[in-house]
Amino acid sequence: MQTAFSEDQEQFRLTIGRFLQDKSPPSAVRSLMATEQGFDASVWSQMCGELGLAGMHIPEAYGGFGFGPVELGIVAEEMGRHLYCGPFFSSAVMAAGALMLNATSKAKEAWLPGIADGSVLATLVLDSLDGPEQIGAGVSVQAGALHGLAPLVVDAHLADLMVVIARDAQGLNLYTLTADTAGVVVEPIEVLDPTRKLARVIFDGAEVEHAGNMDEAAVAKTWDYMCVALAHEMIGGAQQLLETTLEYTKLRYQFGRPIGSFQSLKHRCADLLLAVETAKAATHHAAQCLAAGEGEPYLPSMVKAMAADTYMLAAKEAIQMRGGIGFTWEEDTHLWFKRAKSSEVFLGLPSVHRERMMTMIEQQESVL
Amino acid sequence: MNDTVTMTEPEIVAAVSAWIDEWWNPDLSLREWREILVDGGWATPQWPQAYFGRGFNQSQAAVVSKVFHQAGVVPVAQSGPRRLAAETILAMGSADQKQRYLRPILTGEHAWCQLFSEPGSGSDLAGLSTKAEFVNDHWVINGQKVWNTSAHHADFGILVARTDFDLPKHQGISYFLIDMRQPGVEVRQLKQMNGHASFNEVFLTDAIVAANDLVGGEGNGWDVAKTTLSYERRMGGVTRSFVEAQTPRQGRVYEEYAEEVRIANEPYTWYPQRQGRVDLALPQAQATGAIKDPVVRQELARLISMSKGAALASAAAEATRRSGSNELVPAGSIGKLAASVIARQASHVHTLIAGAEAMRSGVNSAAEGMIAEVLVSVPAISIAGGTDEIQRNIIAERVLGMPSEVRSDTGPFRDIKRND
Repeated sequence: MQTAFSEDQEQFRLTIGRFLQDKSPPSAVRSLMATEQGFDASVWSQMCGELGLAGMHIPEAYGGFGFGPVELGIVAEEMGRHLYCGPFFSSAVMAAGALMLNATSKAKEAWLPGIADGSVLATLVLDSLDGPEQIGAGVSVQAGALHGLAPLVVDAHLADLMVVIARDAQGLNLYTLTADTAGVVVEPIEVLDPTRKLARVIFDGAEVEHAGNMDEAAVAKTWDYMCVALAHEMIGGAQQLLETTLEYTKLRYQFGRPIGSFQSLKHRCADLLLAVETAKAATHHAAQCLAAGEGEPYLPSMVKAMAADTYMLAAKEAIQMRGGIGFTWEEDTHLWFKRAKSSEVFLGLPSVHRERMMTMIEQQESVL
Repeated sequence: MNDTVTMTEPEIVAAVSAWIDEWWNPDLSLREWREILVDGGWATPQWPQAYFGRGFNQSQAAVVSKVFHQAGVVPVAQSGPRRLAAETILAMGSADQKQRYLRPILTGEHAWCQLFSEPGSGSDLAGLSTKAEFVNDHWVINGQKVWNTSAHHADFGILVARTDFDLPKHQGISYFLIDMRQPGVEVRQLKQMNGHASFNEVFLTDAIVAANDLVGGEGNGWDVAKTTLSYERRMGGVTRSFVEAQTPRQGRVYEEYAEEVRIANEPYTWYPQRQGRVDLALPQAQATGAIKDPVVRQELARLISMSKGAALASAAAEATRRSGSNELVPAGSIGKLAASVIARQASHVHTLIAGAEAMRSGVNSAAEGMIAEVLVSVPAISIAGGTDEIQRNIIAERVLGMPSEVRSDTGPFRDIKRND
């Protein structure tokens, strides 16, 4: 099992970092978040064409580059750092992840190549974003048609393809339908974090295709896959906040000295570094384990909770250490604060994941 | 002899194995064996050839200790602060000091202690006020030292004392090697809040140090002390008094070694407890049924996450270091701060699990008394070897590059406000 990044992977990280620094500066984030679409189609096609990011982790047989969770993690981490606005997480992580893990080869052949090259924008419709155990209560399939409501669907307003986990007579299964199918209503909703767009999706007898068999365990596995990628996004954002906050404490003078020379700030920055380094190492490890099919089963939940707590700590400290200016709209910190908050609650609260972790530990015994 | 420095791993393994075949004999006394080991040049192969070593680099030396370990060979004396003394003398001592002191340290003939901290200078070590005056060809020492591990059975001590009170605080300090077996040195045990007595106070009243036992020259003591402290940090932040005993085997040398380790470890049986005994948390929660409590589950999950995350972060830092990156990361300070955070959380979790049972202590209490010992020992982890606050300063200034604190202790030491 890989335990450190290779030179190629480090190079890959630098390339993506430079691209996003150029294409996703705070000014671009601000202008995109004010739009209804919330993304820049030309940056998206460059990202998927030249850099191949949406297909990085998709097998070559389905039009991707055949890398895995570690490379996907690198991409997600850099996107989180730069607050990338676009359908990467919904299409390449959520929808492609659900298809790769659960779909029949026919469904994979039909949809993965388009997701990989960025020509198809997909999303995964979940009737709850609070935890894998909640899935299946809101959306169901009867006689080949979807019924029900998914109140929070990421990037549904952009989606060409909807991948749905729904309950049918057999249990939980995977379905696909195109967004223009009759009986699908997408209603964009007002969001706390405007860098991650959401919509309400209502199915009223929309015709669907069965794409794969699932069960509770398969839902949990799919959830884990998404959580590890989301944890990367969060530690990317946390690192960015730590760095910009440090810079600020060195430049801001009060009482005749840089505020970073005050121990009250130094000690909190040291604590934040400890949290960031710990969550980062754990998150990278979780991706390596996922790639190798090894490691403790609770790692995805562990890192989702750690990364969320760390990102929120970084966001709160970033604003507090900036004082009044940190609370203004003009200053950029609130953009990350809102992403931190939306990520904290997206795919399960930290407390939900800690509970999930303990359940797995009890089943597994002796972990320490 | 020069070509030994370029030896490859298989060559080292072959040479050490052949040497063990020829010399290793478990029926020798511990002293006899260690003299052979030291004079054979395999005790400290990373030291220079002139002083019991072979000039090996770290990875070559690691091969040697691996072969010794596999063969079950008893190593040189390690316990207590003697290795700090040895490394400092090797790096900064005179040729005469190296000749006189190094060999008896390695053979275990001489035990050493460290006389650095004082009641009036804890975190602020350079604020020390023990006085050294040169009178009639020797140094006369007056003052008090504290937290001196192993001082009660030490033959010698490494000592920092002030030789000039008119210079700024870092400049007036000198570094000495002091004979502990003299009338001017009084050692008293210091009892801690957990009931153990692992340290001492040392009272120095007109104690004598010979002129040739000054290390690094008068007024250079702070630089020499930094050498000691950096070695201490490399050893893992705190003095490794807790020596792992080897699997007991038959033979006189093993019996004597086991006794040496037992005596050395006796005052430190509580050290694992000050780390919080994370290993006991899940078993205790399961045994008591507290595992069903949702609050315990949350806090236990946090503890396991922190503990696992810190281990992974330390492994990642080690991998970065090994990859040849020269990124300056005092991983020691981050690791030490992490250990404190983990220990405090563990103590919290043990309290939640035990409930009112945590009012008890002693062998009949939870986990043969270990939980009670955790609860009253954890406060030490965030103090010993540099407080959490000092570690945070180090991390903030050296890792994060934050500006240093405004100082109010410049100018002549005599004028600095302090407790007397």
